[in-house]
Amino acid sequence: MSETGIGARLVRKEDHRFITGKGRYTDDINLPGQAFAYFVRSPHAHAEIKKIDTKAAAKAPGVLCVLTGDDAAKDGVGGLICGWMIHSKDGSPMKAGPHPVLAQGKVRHVGDQVAVVVARTRDQAKAAAALVNVTYKPLDAVADPAKAQKRGAPKVHDVAANNTVFEWEIGNKDATEAAFSKAAHVTKLQLVNNRLAPNAMEPRAAIGSYDAGEDHFTLYTTSQNPHVARLVISAFIGIAPEHKLRVIAPDVGGGFGSKIFIYAEEVVCLWASKRAGGVPVKWVAERSESFLTDAHGRDHVTTAELATDANGKVTGLRVKTIANMGSYLSTFASSVPTYLYATLLSGQYNIPNIYAEVDAVYTNTTPVDAYRGAGRPEATYVVERLMETAARELGMDPAEFRRKNFITQFPHQTPVIMCYDAGDYGASLDKALELIDYAGFAKRKAAAAKKGKLRGIGFSNYIEACGIAPSAAVGSLGAGVGLWESAEVRVNPVGTVEILTGSHSHGQGHETTFAQLVSERLGISTEQVSIVHGDTDKVQFGMGTYGSRSGAVGMTAISKALDKIEAKAKKVAAHVMEASESDVEFKNGSFSVKGTDKKMAFGEVALAAYVAHKFPTSEVEPGLKEGAFHDPTNFTFPAGCHICELEVDAETGVTEVVDWVAVDDFGNIINPMIVEGQVHGGIAQGVGQALTEGVVYDDGGQLLTGSYMDYCMPRADNLPPLRLDFTKTECPSNPLGIKGCGEAGAIAAPAALMNALTDALGVKDVPMPASPQTVWKAMAHLREAAE
Amino acid sequence: MPAISMTVNGEKVCGEVEGRTLLVEFIRNTLGKTGTHVGCDTSQCGACVVHVNGKAVKSCTALAIACDGADVTTIEGIAKDGKLHPMQEAFRENHGLQCGFCTPGMIMSGIDIVKRKGKKLKEETIREELEGNICRCTGYHNIVKAIQAGAAKM
Repeated sequence: MSETGIGARLVRKEDHRFITGKGRYTDDINLPGQAFAYFVRSPHAHAEIKKIDTKAAAKAPGVLCVLTGDDAAKDGVGGLICGWMIHSKDGSPMKAGPHPVLAQGKVRHVGDQVAVVVARTRDQAKAAAALVNVTYKPLDAVADPAKAQKRGAPKVHDVAANNTVFEWEIGNKDATEAAFSKAAHVTKLQLVNNRLAPNAMEPRAAIGSYDAGEDHFTLYTTSQNPHVARLVISAFIGIAPEHKLRVIAPDVGGGFGSKIFIYAEEVVCLWASKRAGGVPVKWVAERSESFLTDAHGRDHVTTAELATDANGKVTGLRVKTIANMGSYLSTFASSVPTYLYATLLSGQYNIPNIYAEVDAVYTNTTPVDAYRGAGRPEATYVVERLMETAARELGMDPAEFRRKNFITQFPHQTPVIMCYDAGDYGASLDKALELIDYAGFAKRKAAAAKKGKLRGIGFSNYIEACGIAPSAAVGSLGAGVGLWESAEVRVNPVGTVEILTGSHSHGQGHETTFAQLVSERLGISTEQVSIVHGDTDKVQFGMGTYGSRSGAVGMTAISKALDKIEAKAKKVAAHVMEASESDVEFKNGSFSVKGTDKKMAFGEVALAAYVAHKFPTSEVEPGLKEGAFHDPTNFTFPAGCHICELEVDAETGVTEVVDWVAVDDFGNIINPMIVEGQVHGGIAQGVGQALTEGVVYDDGGQLLTGSYMDYCMPRADNLPPLRLDFTKTECPSNPLGIKGCGEAGAIAAPAALMNALTDALGVKDVPMPASPQTVWKAMAHLREAAE
Repeated sequence: MPAISMTVNGEKVCGEVEGRTLLVEFIRNTLGKTGTHVGCDTSQCGACVVHVNGKAVKSCTALAIACDGADVTTIEGIAKDGKLHPMQEAFRENHGLQCGFCTPGMIMSGIDIVKRKGKKLKEETIREELEGNICRCTGYHNIVKAIQAGAAKM
């Protein structure tokens, strides 16, 4: 390992601009003459639009234009799409209702965009928006997914009877039924996976700019995948063909999934810029708009059952989930409660029979889509809550019950599509047990009891599928896109390197880790490497960053392009050193000829490639630049063991997480410091889900948690110091042996915490978020027993 | 519109503002110093923290006109003569940031905590004092470490 190569704990190259206030986020960019957009949004969860009167607003000071859904229809602005087709059990395609960029005829959730006002200043736009007079006929609304399919429930989209988007299934129904009929014991849980708001700290923002001279559009946007945004805005929404649309995602302040999707606002900024005569149009979400319009996450209502035999071996798993899609199908919404969820229901365990049914439903709420983990936290919650509960019911130690059921042979084909390629689940469990001092728990519990605290311990032995994903495989499952990644390596004549990548960094540290790969391979320092991303004019194409794919897929593409660079440079070096190509070796940044003292540094070869004096250019082209597309051959399967210890104040119901151990197997690690940071952040989001966060709608579909006053983001004092360690099985499906680490914490954490909490309270289930009030209610049996 | 003047990062600046103009709007839009961020509408997130007359203030909750004549320091003003402030350096060394959006506010709050609580900071003190700053990326673990390390070097 070189000092700046793979495995180095290198401080981040990108940090300097962020710690000095020189980051360049979308709202930091101001184009000459720019105007501002403000959206008129529905105050109703469900209503017909009878009339929109824009006259007064259009005359207000500074207003350039006021646009409605009718204008969008007249101008041929297409609607937003869902890019993943799911078929129901009966073979029928999912029922996707129309999703116009500005409402047409009907609004379907509070915050649905009805009109846009473009004015010279933000304040003018906001003031004029208040003058847009919309006449609504309010309709009954449904917000609770468990009520959406009930007879007589308000219908969100005409196309979807009973608000059902699809009724999907996976696994073997008959074999699973048979396993349950023969089971010695069945553990059953009713679980709600609470709805979350992603809350990247940078609110979404966009600047649309139309150049009439070139008939060309530019969009600055807070995107995790600018090329996908360009593709959808071009091919489906029809703003402009791809060569007439440049999409730039500059510094992006966190995403967590919510910035994958193509939203109405950025499309409207582009269209409005043209309508306003080429004036650039900027929009920046207020946080309340983020709560109303950023796609939410989770929101499952599940019944889950686990069958075990007389020896404590799991024989079957049966799951029925209702997944809330909200009012429209967001970009990848349909994939989340299906192929990203139910395919992970085998967990780390040898479960011979699995059957899952998922009904996706429309409600009058904000659309739901991928949020950190996307389906996999929901799957882990189901499996790990069941495993813990089953162990308690069977009177077995939860660690040993898990161990008894671990998959130990690889590759392992689960009954739900996935073929796990490598792992050692016992190793991560052992290490975690040792770190937490499992044997000493009883003592700690007794000590806590003396202070009036109920102490609990809980496990989460999660698995996830990352490195999303082999294109043909996801295509066969309904994806509308391939999920490869691209890279281009440009070597400059002086030997410095630019890496152009289709991945996008919005906190993950690619500028450092990708440079470490180059450093490792070419023997140059990371200071000589620049990472270029987030601009469709610079990078030809890319699928972006989500699903913990940038390492396993994005870096593998870079690695493949570096293979080509090395091969080409060898040819050049051979000519210059007058040797046979097969005698040239490349090691530690220098080319040498076997058996001689002839040697050239990488930079010298790069210069020779560009000068092109010493090789026949009919055989070897001048220059040193190569590209590669990499399509993964399998998902990757990071897995690990998280153990949470917590104490509940018996008087108040306040829960304090007192210790957290995470032992993860991410395969090879490029930069341990960055990987640890990813795990820390993921755990915090998982602890947030379990203890503090929850989007709440009232029965009429009004959002009750529309600001940080009402939606409790985890603060520093909600978390303990986190103790991390790693085990390693190399990933066999990519040359770097890496698996991905971005989502693990958020996937593992809720189950670990809720298992610890239910252990502390001696109850079967407590709903998330386990606020003090909720916990206090769950302790009623303890108070009764004390009386 | 009323004209105001203040000292920002040691420089005398002036500009016209509306009565409703927020300090953060004046800093970002009038002065073009975009290191100070806005992450919420309700004074919860702390991405906008600057120092006004030596005290940490959420610039999204102060009117620019109320800061007429004040001495303001933003994230752009804490490095001196090309040398990073120890708190900035500590955030980099301890990987106390990921997306970087909350970072300016965290650093400005971190410096303020040291001013109020001293250089020897207990971990619990830092966690408690960070009540007004939200980070979605780091889980706070490395931010706490960074502030502790930065404090010791201030």
